[in-house]
Amino acid sequence: MTAFLALVRKDLILFLHDRRALLISLALPIIIASFFGFLFGGGAKGGSAIEIALVLQDTSKASADIAAGLTRDPSLAVARMTVDEARAAVGSGKRKAAIVIPAGFGAAAGDALFGGAAKPEIGLLYDPSQPAVLSMVKGMLTQQVMQVVSSEMFGGAGGREVSERSLRALEARPQDADTVALRGLLQSVIKYQALPQKEGEAGAKKTGLTTPFTTREEGVNGNSDAGPAGYNAFAHSFAGMGVQFILFMGIEMGTSLLHARRSGVWHRLLAAPVSLSTVLLARAASSALIAFVILCVIFAFAVLVFHVQIASLPGFLGLALCFALVTASFGVLIAAFGKTPEAARGLALFATLMMVMLGGAWLPSFLFPAWLQQAALAVPTKWAIDGFDAITWRGMDAVAVLPAMGAQLGFALLFAALAVWRFRKMEG
Amino acid sequence: MEVLLEASNLAKAYGARRAVDGVSFQLRAGQTLGLIGPNGAGKSTTVGMLCGLLAPDAGSVRVRGQQVGPGASEAKRRIGLVPQDLALYEDLPAFENLMLFGALYGVPRALRRERAARVLEQVNLADRARDRPSTFSGGMKRRLNIGAALMHAPELLVLDEPTVGVDPQSRNAIFDILERLKGDGCALVYTSHYMEEVERLADQIVVIDGGKVLADDTPAGLQRRLPSQAALRVELAGAPEPVMLEGLRAMAGVTGVRMEGLQLEIGLAHADDALPVIGWLERAGCQALGFATARTRLEDIFLHLTGRSLRD
Repeated sequence: MTAFLALVRKDLILFLHDRRALLISLALPIIIASFFGFLFGGGAKGGSAIEIALVLQDTSKASADIAAGLTRDPSLAVARMTVDEARAAVGSGKRKAAIVIPAGFGAAAGDALFGGAAKPEIGLLYDPSQPAVLSMVKGMLTQQVMQVVSSEMFGGAGGREVSERSLRALEARPQDADTVALRGLLQSVIKYQALPQKEGEAGAKKTGLTTPFTTREEGVNGNSDAGPAGYNAFAHSFAGMGVQFILFMGIEMGTSLLHARRSGVWHRLLAAPVSLSTVLLARAASSALIAFVILCVIFAFAVLVFHVQIASLPGFLGLALCFALVTASFGVLIAAFGKTPEAARGLALFATLMMVMLGGAWLPSFLFPAWLQQAALAVPTKWAIDGFDAITWRGMDAVAVLPAMGAQLGFALLFAALAVWRFRKMEG
Repeated sequence: MEVLLEASNLAKAYGARRAVDGVSFQLRAGQTLGLIGPNGAGKSTTVGMLCGLLAPDAGSVRVRGQQVGPGASEAKRRIGLVPQDLALYEDLPAFENLMLFGALYGVPRALRRERAARVLEQVNLADRARDRPSTFSGGMKRRLNIGAALMHAPELLVLDEPTVGVDPQSRNAIFDILERLKGDGCALVYTSHYMEEVERLADQIVVIDGGKVLADDTPAGLQRRLPSQAALRVELAGAPEPVMLEGLRAMAGVTGVRMEGLQLEIGLAHADDALPVIGWLERAGCQALGFATARTRLEDIFLHLTGRSLRD
């Protein structure tokens, strides 16, 4: 035990001695996790507004009202432009889309609503790299147009004029059942338009067609009674980047062991009356301890600065410890199977980046195809990141993350067993 | 004296190459054994097996009757290893390095501190105890490298070419340390391909090449195996007559004659044979510009045994 503790102590002294490396070990994951947190909406209460251009070629009141409605929509950041300017702005990526309301749109839209006249076209220019934006802008435009045009038709001066014109046009047609029904509808509309406004509604406009519902949004996590209040993008980004950088530390540990194996120190260690397992276990223990402390410090920063909430401290500590053990055994595995530090570093870096990507540290894993999501269960990072997500913003308790802890311990044992087997084979 | 170390019929192969092939020797307590041989002779593999770093394919190593092998072998507590490469943590203060290596051998903490202070005195680094080896000169690192092997007060210290890359001053300092250790009764196994280093320390010399022991004797015993114990070098004014060289070869006490340019080297059975040979040369009309005598180097034993130089 004396030898084991002395080896662990030595590693801790060496780690703390290198102040610059220590600072980088802590600062890098924090900086990058903060960046990703902001990127995925951690710093704003809602999503950022979509920047669009609006080209208004029509001078009708209806078109002006549509423009005003779009401008008021908090989901949009509207800039008025000419059609050439709009095309250039979308083409260069400065605006994600442009809406072109053509001359005569207001009148033509009314005719099309009641009279079956040709529908006027609204031009939509969009950035082909952002097709999702097109659907969103289309939806918001439809809502504005329907509300303004129908309101104008039911209550505005232009609306009565359009209704009477449409009625005359219908009277000139053969009087089949559809035409008779439509005439009745238009006559009712004209009567409605002629009604005097109620008291206190001077200046108020009759309501047009509106969406027949509103929505009530509620973010749901795993424990609404005691858990954190809602999603925090920083929780996921700190989990992902924490896992990534701790694994990088594991690579460093593995390659430093490879360097040591080439040096006299390794001979001196093995010339002492300690077993190879003791030497490896001590190295793994010190690495696990360092990884555990770094994970805790990284998350402490997230809690203090970005208000990430931890639903269960024992659950979090258990997960952090299990992942620290995965990291340590991963490092020993690299040292066991690596031929040279240089080659091992390259291969381990590739393996780590794959594991981190599959684990969902960069992109949420629900974006992956179903088969890849299943395949990701075979990497420890998936369990670690899902576990940290569960214990932070999902608000789960320690019991809920026991499977994640168990899976990680399984990976740690597997890596360690393979490493010890390989080392014994080589040293024998 | 009691046998401390016994290597019996050691063999180790790497694939088809037999690095060590039937090496056997004994070392008595307090004695120094010099293990010499050229690069690739099998010295480091032998050292690896002596210290339990490598498991022999055949044969055994025993220290005070206890078998040495890989793992947590108890016999390892009696052995200190000074590897050829520096075996130190460069960023760990000298004192902490010693404390660590003491702990590996189970030295209790209080005793470890005391030992570390004493070892630092022994290797003349007491004033640098808190400094990191990364700030040390090459010679200082080598001294600390030896010190790290002394923390558990081993009965046997195995040094694998401990002076590689060391300047003459530091080499002398290392030899002073080793001579003091020898004086204190510590047995040494010293490997080198420099015979003069081994001659300075060794009570017994094992010559190894191709993984086999070529000779195992005291320095005096090895010296006796050489046909010449001394040499007379004569600087000539002109080339000698062949008949004169024939006459020299026929003289009693002359073991060999060799010409290199105008330098004549005459091998002598004993150093005392130099004077009669000089008298004979004068009588033979040899025009000599100068004479010099030298004891035959022990390094020549390797040449004698293998037909090639130790440093080929």
